[in-house]
Amino acid sequence: MSLLLFLEQTLNGLQLGVTLFLMAAGLTLVFGIMNMVNLAHGSLYMIGAFFAASFTQWTGSFFLALPLAILSTFVVGVLVEAIALRTLYSRDHLDQVLATFGLILFFNELTKIVWGPISIFMDVPPLLAGRVELIAGAPYPVYRLAVLGVGLAVALGLWWLIARTRLGMLIRAGASNREMVGALGVDISRLYMLVFGLGAALAALAGAMAGPIYVVEIGMGDAMLIKTFVVIVIGGIGSIRGAFVAAVIVGLVDTFGRIVPAQLGLPTAIAEMAIYILMAFVLFFKPTGLFAARA
Amino acid sequence: MNALKLDRRTWFVIVLLAALAVLPLVAIATDNDYQIAQFRRILIFAIAAVSLDLILGYGGMVSLGHAAFFGVGAYIVAILNWHAAREVPLFGMMLGTHNVLVTWTAAAMLSGALACLIGLVSLRTSGIYFIMITLAFAQMVYFFFVSLRAYGGDDGLRFPGDTVVLGVIDTENDVAFYYLVFGILCAVLYATRRLVNSRFGLVVQGCRENERRMKALGFATFRYKLACFTLAGALAGFAGALFAANESYISPSIMHWTRSGDLIVMVVLGGMGTLIGPVVGAVAFLFLEKTLPDYTEHWMVVFGPILLLLVLFARRGIFGWFLPKEDRHGGGH
Repeated sequence: MSLLLFLEQTLNGLQLGVTLFLMAAGLTLVFGIMNMVNLAHGSLYMIGAFFAASFTQWTGSFFLALPLAILSTFVVGVLVEAIALRTLYSRDHLDQVLATFGLILFFNELTKIVWGPISIFMDVPPLLAGRVELIAGAPYPVYRLAVLGVGLAVALGLWWLIARTRLGMLIRAGASNREMVGALGVDISRLYMLVFGLGAALAALAGAMAGPIYVVEIGMGDAMLIKTFVVIVIGGIGSIRGAFVAAVIVGLVDTFGRIVPAQLGLPTAIAEMAIYILMAFVLFFKPTGLFAARA
Repeated sequence: MNALKLDRRTWFVIVLLAALAVLPLVAIATDNDYQIAQFRRILIFAIAAVSLDLILGYGGMVSLGHAAFFGVGAYIVAILNWHAAREVPLFGMMLGTHNVLVTWTAAAMLSGALACLIGLVSLRTSGIYFIMITLAFAQMVYFFFVSLRAYGGDDGLRFPGDTVVLGVIDTENDVAFYYLVFGILCAVLYATRRLVNSRFGLVVQGCRENERRMKALGFATFRYKLACFTLAGALAGFAGALFAANESYISPSIMHWTRSGDLIVMVVLGGMGTLIGPVVGAVAFLFLEKTLPDYTEHWMVVFGPILLLLVLFARRGIFGWFLPKEDRHGGGH
């Protein structure tokens, strides 16, 4: 592998990594704080992308569409939490799996009704079109760099929120012992709703930014969801830091897993399997992930 | 024994199995012979759902990757048949075969072996981790078969499906094959009923209720759970083998993770932890899947919320409604 290819793929891997982090950050908190399995998180990613595509069409600007899409998905997330998920927190995991599996079917079909079955191709916003030569001889798309930058900025913002604010303190406390937080007089149901809404907004951001890179289509969230699970399990449920580290690792492994085996003459079957092998390996030695929030 | 004294549960089982037994005859009488393959598929998924009930209902292990074992079983039968038909040696040494004694046994054994391996890693965890890991392993298997270009990859594998079972039953014969599958389903129900009420089954149920207590009693709980997981995987693989024989065509989509979700739906819809419930669930699920699209193209938009309501208000499942109150806590009796 040439050095240029290596650098380009590293950037690709990091960019996939931050996208995965945006998905994983919200979901790992839902898992950790509410002890809730939510399979429908990928649907929020998809809805965010579809909203972004429509708002871009209506407003003519991707940059106007992005906050609108995030806000709309936030509202969808809070509504889903209030209507369907709230009653599931006290149920066992199997109930949660079934109910949120039902939500996936519902959202995939609803999206098909609203937007039609045809995939939408979003254009890269003109301001971020083109390529830039970060490294001489290896022009890299500006848009992908922007996604990477936004992802890192959000990660930093989240770190600040979690580590430095009162809300963050409550979230951290909730992740390690939610009964205690409730007993101390915190309005747990409002905290849950906020965390869920935050997760939905982050998923929407990830989906909306992924729109111009990949393609906006029904079920686009499902594949992303499972990779997000891998990230969360490797990082340790309930840990934002774990989610970040694992997201970067998974992003890089997934990206290089598609190139390295072919170059070494290994079977390409390893490409899609690489991250699952990694996960099995990590869990064999650390069954609760790298940075488990709950010891 | 006086037949009138049979309890509701037994009546339910008798009526259900009798209905399944006369189904092909009714189909022939009403000129619906073409649907018999469809009915066989229902029975085959019922066997897979019963196998999932062993770990889900009795073991309390929420596996979101059960379709992988089903798919591996199906692929093994398909691959062996494909090699036999093309006379291409497998691994450069052995020939494929059409003999079901070999193919179906291999399907069950290898799926069981895979379940054992996956269980070794997965059962070290519990709760959400266990769900995620079984899902991820299933994805790994799924992508493995997607990338197997030699066997069709994404497009799947078609193979000559005409198989004669033990020199008697030709799978081309719709009705005979139906009764073979039906007989297998009955045998599976009988065997699993014996199993869950055996010492082994009680230990597994004990682990579901309180694993720590079972450990304190001196049981090597990990081994019991692993054995249960392996057995369920082998049984699912066997169901997959029947599926391959039924369809003569398979593709990786049968082990897509949503298929694992469908299996869970069948088990819970019918009544978890009852063995007969999953059979009802498979019938109901596949019936809905077939008929709802006749009413609306967007049937999933109805079916999704039905699942949600099922979870919220009808947790006992269809079979549960038929049981008297004192019987309604699930588990073996």
